[in-house]
Amino acid sequence: MNLQFVADGVLTGLMIGLGAIGVTLTYAILRFSNFAHGEFISWGAYATLVVSGVFGWLAGSAAEPIDPFSFGWGVVSAGVIATLLTGGLALLLDLVLFRHLRDEAKSITVVMASFGASMALRSLLEFIFTSRPVYFSRELQITMPIGFGVRMTPDQLVLVAMAAILGLGMHLLVTRTQIGRSMQAVSENPTLARVVGIDVNRVIRVTWMLGGALACASGVMIGILVQVRPFMGADLLLPLFAAAILGGIGSVPGALLGGVIVGIGEAVAVQWVGAEWRAAIAFLLLIAVLLVRPTGIFGKPA
Amino acid sequence: MIVDFFTLGLLGYGVFFLTTALSYSIICLGLNLQWGQTGLFNVGIAGFVAIGAYTSAILTTPSTPDHLGGYELPIALGWIGAMLAAGAASAFIGAVTLRLRADYLAISTFGIAVAIQLVVLNAKALTAGPFGIGFIPRPFAGLAETPLFFGLANLAVVAVLVLVVYLALERLVRSPWGRVLRAIREDEQAAMSLGKSPRTYRLSAFALGGAVMGLGGAVQAHFIGFIAPDNYQSNLTFQVWTMLIIGGSGNSRGAILGGVLIWAIWSLSGMAIGAVFPPEAQARAAALQIVAIGVMLSAALLLRPRGLLGERTTISRHLDAAE
Repeated sequence: MNLQFVADGVLTGLMIGLGAIGVTLTYAILRFSNFAHGEFISWGAYATLVVSGVFGWLAGSAAEPIDPFSFGWGVVSAGVIATLLTGGLALLLDLVLFRHLRDEAKSITVVMASFGASMALRSLLEFIFTSRPVYFSRELQITMPIGFGVRMTPDQLVLVAMAAILGLGMHLLVTRTQIGRSMQAVSENPTLARVVGIDVNRVIRVTWMLGGALACASGVMIGILVQVRPFMGADLLLPLFAAAILGGIGSVPGALLGGVIVGIGEAVAVQWVGAEWRAAIAFLLLIAVLLVRPTGIFGKPA
Repeated sequence: MIVDFFTLGLLGYGVFFLTTALSYSIICLGLNLQWGQTGLFNVGIAGFVAIGAYTSAILTTPSTPDHLGGYELPIALGWIGAMLAAGAASAFIGAVTLRLRADYLAISTFGIAVAIQLVVLNAKALTAGPFGIGFIPRPFAGLAETPLFFGLANLAVVAVLVLVVYLALERLVRSPWGRVLRAIREDEQAAMSLGKSPRTYRLSAFALGGAVMGLGGAVQAHFIGFIAPDNYQSNLTFQVWTMLIIGGSGNSRGAILGGVLIWAIWSLSGMAIGAVFPPEAQARAAALQIVAIGVMLSAALLLRPRGLLGERTTISRHLDAAE
């Protein structure tokens, strides 16, 4: 059996996983499922596109690919700036919308607001950039064998490494640093966290920044490997939720692992059922996990 | 749904507009039972509406080799089938998720809408795929030669349905059953301590609301005569939510009003875009309509969460009569 589908699944899974880390942290710390999180992925990708376009216009060398990859230093540095911009977008959305609904008796109102915000953000992208897909680069990539009959392109390899490093870094940040411990405390019990002197608003700001930044990284990854379109994040929303719940709400490694499971599941569906049913996998996994183990793989019982 | 304004005339257009708007009001009434009365968050409205539309279409269309069905059943049977199918799908999702945290219901309904969209698009033997189902029989087809009478007859059918659903739901929310729903919405612990099972009540309200949405979908399908997967995107869910929130959630009259009002804003802004933008830019400009609705929904949640007609205190129909 050719194991290529596993490699493809892991690749998709890491893109989902990076986004799902933001979903799971928002859910654990702010206590709501953010339907606008997919839009951070799209906005991150478009922000990178615009900033790298500016770099390319300022200095021609920015657009020249760094051998053996398909993208130049323009995209790399633009991606770094775009993570900050996307984090800023998440903060802005919190400032104008979510913050005012957080204290309401019905917490589900925030979810509805995030749903409204996601439709508006997505359609705004569609208006500005049209629904036509765009690409970071037109360079062709040649796959190379990496063993077990699996072939990957240099782009894919470097992005897998990037996703793994980001995932590991996030895990260390949440478990080993002061701010990470504060985040865990707020997720356990916000009132108690406030009592022991934790700046809850700072924790919330950091959560939005991190969630937005990782969503942007996911968007850049999709942009380089697939394409950039206004609906790229919206189409990923169900896999994001499935991955976050599958991994266990609040768990960073869980979100990455959940993403990889959804990704491999989709690859299996494409291989043996038909590519048109790919999007159903996330729903089936979601229902299965809610029926069998609603707390997910690493989740704590509610 | 492009109707030639000049062949129908102003009255004809008004009739057409109101029929469409009231069909949205039916869907809104279903959502009001789920959200307004019970506090259940459904982000998969488009999916349940699609189930209703497709079920009724499959049951009532003339026989065809293109897809399952063509049973040529009477329209009324198609509508009953639509309610049963959409109600059953809602009951399934409710049974899986209502015992869990409230957000999981939202995520699962979002998921089922994605799954239903895939089924109507890909299960060609069942739904005829992306080309959709045509020749859906329309009520009073015999009057089709005089468009105005035909339009008025259709409007009358939809208006009577809105009235029936409205009266039935009003009676329900004033019954002991409705009081328990609101009790659970306001304070689940207190309701449980009185011996009420939140899960059973929520499940029945969710299934009934889903059935009403399915009816709304079926009515729309028979009014337009043609359905296709594109009609049931998350846009539809989003419009219905805005209708209920702006109209006034928890208030059946608010749900009806919201349906008509938001559909009017949607149609007028569509016409404005048609008049202002050149044809090649219209698809792009249509995205602005959705941005505007999104901003309206968010602003309503922030500034006037009650909507135009807020929830009135309802205790019992006997007490109302005594006022």
